[in-house]
Amino acid sequence: MSGPHTHALLVHGHSPVHHLPARVKLVAMLGFVVAVVITPAEQVWAFLVYGLLLIAVLVLAELPPRHVLKRVGIEIPFVLFALFLPFLGGGRRVDVIGLSLSEAGLWAAWNVVAKGTLGVGSSVILVSTTEIPHLLRGLGQLRVPAVMVAIAGFMVRYLEVVGSELSRMRTAMAARGYAPRWIGEIRALGAAGGALFIRSYERGERVHQAMLARGFSGEMPPLRPDPAPPADWLTGLSVPVAAWFIAITALLL
Amino acid sequence: MSTPALRVSGLSFTYPDGTKVLDSIELTIERGERVALLGPNGAGKTTFLLHLIGILGGGPGRIEVQGVALEPTSLREIRRRVGLVFQDPDDQLFMPTVYEDVAFGPANFGVPADDLEERVRQALAAVGMVGAEERAPHHLSGGERRRVALATVLACQPDLLVLDEPSSNLDPAGRRELAEVLAGLDTTILLVTHDLPYALQVCDRSVVMNRGRIVADGPTRQLLGDEATMRANRLELPIGFNPS
Repeated sequence: MSGPHTHALLVHGHSPVHHLPARVKLVAMLGFVVAVVITPAEQVWAFLVYGLLLIAVLVLAELPPRHVLKRVGIEIPFVLFALFLPFLGGGRRVDVIGLSLSEAGLWAAWNVVAKGTLGVGSSVILVSTTEIPHLLRGLGQLRVPAVMVAIAGFMVRYLEVVGSELSRMRTAMAARGYAPRWIGEIRALGAAGGALFIRSYERGERVHQAMLARGFSGEMPPLRPDPAPPADWLTGLSVPVAAWFIAITALLL
Repeated sequence: MSTPALRVSGLSFTYPDGTKVLDSIELTIERGERVALLGPNGAGKTTFLLHLIGILGGGPGRIEVQGVALEPTSLREIRRRVGLVFQDPDDQLFMPTVYEDVAFGPANFGVPADDLEERVRQALAAVGMVGAEERAPHHLSGGERRRVALATVLACQPDLLVLDEPSSNLDPAGRRELAEVLAGLDTTILLVTHDLPYALQVCDRSVVMNRGRIVADGPTRQLLGDEATMRANRLELPIGFNPS
């Protein structure tokens, strides 16, 4: 594996959406999601317009629809329980293709599915068009506490290191004939987990020493100029501003 | 004679459990010298290196880097002057991209943001890794990782470059490339290694440490040919290798 593209979600491209600074996209996504969340579920038209807005951004970002659908699929386990709501909800019942469903439950299910899909959809656009290092830098520029940004960065950096350490341990266990068949035999797995924890802890100490050796004093230094010109803010924020306009209209109706 | 790059005198260190790891170390390295620090496992080499940048300390003794004594107030200055390349590049490279990792040191030492780019370019050029700026460390090969780790330290423009086992885990080509990079630097070098042919290739002078003491100090070729000293300190040349 090579090249600068650092994560599996990213779709390489040179669209205007790809080129917006990460912090603009972060603010835009957050603004859009909040507008969606405060919109009353009964204003179905508002959600259709939100959906159209997202699709417009998708087209602009030149993202393959299949990629986006696959990624949006991660919400399925979360919205699954919403499908029970029409059966479990109380109040007035309505007949839908022979089933007696709760009207309030139907609205609740719609609320969860519509808002969930729009929220996940907008985050998929964000991560599909932004490299993780840029996202991290964007969070820092938006004054997210440096410690949290650093922790997120370390997680990204060391996930692979710790993961390969784990797979080496598993290989070593398998090489010595370890193939647990009943619950009593999984003890060794627990021991491996403990060993992995200690190893990761020790690595953490060594990384910290390496940081101190290069003058780390508790705060991440600013590493490169990364301007976000007003034009980028205008472009990026056009979507959430439109969403807020819709949300306010929907609230007033 | 000019101020030496490194002067260590009477340095001792005992771990809390009473194990004496460093025992009255005396070592002077002149500017521009390349010195190999040899010794068996557990001789105290890594403990010694961590003393040079003030991560371990508290025992008796004195460390001076280019005339500046290591004290709590000079810690930052000492860490700028001593560039330590750790044994495992995965410990050294912790930022999401190569650029940010190489810029991390100089930025901490107060290099203004406008000059960082040039620093990073120079450091990557010195190790032959220009063009890797936006790559993630975990997408580099072992040899590339090692060279980028060296660049992260070179970017701080240290007076004394200290490398802990730089040739370990490298394939012969990666090992040779790193030796070529080191040969092209005019920085003073202290190289800790078990790889005796490597020591001979890179360093004119070698120092042997065993049980926390400096037990031999001399030209590398002569030292590697001295069978009594070699055997006494668990040092062995690869079969078929003749230093003279």
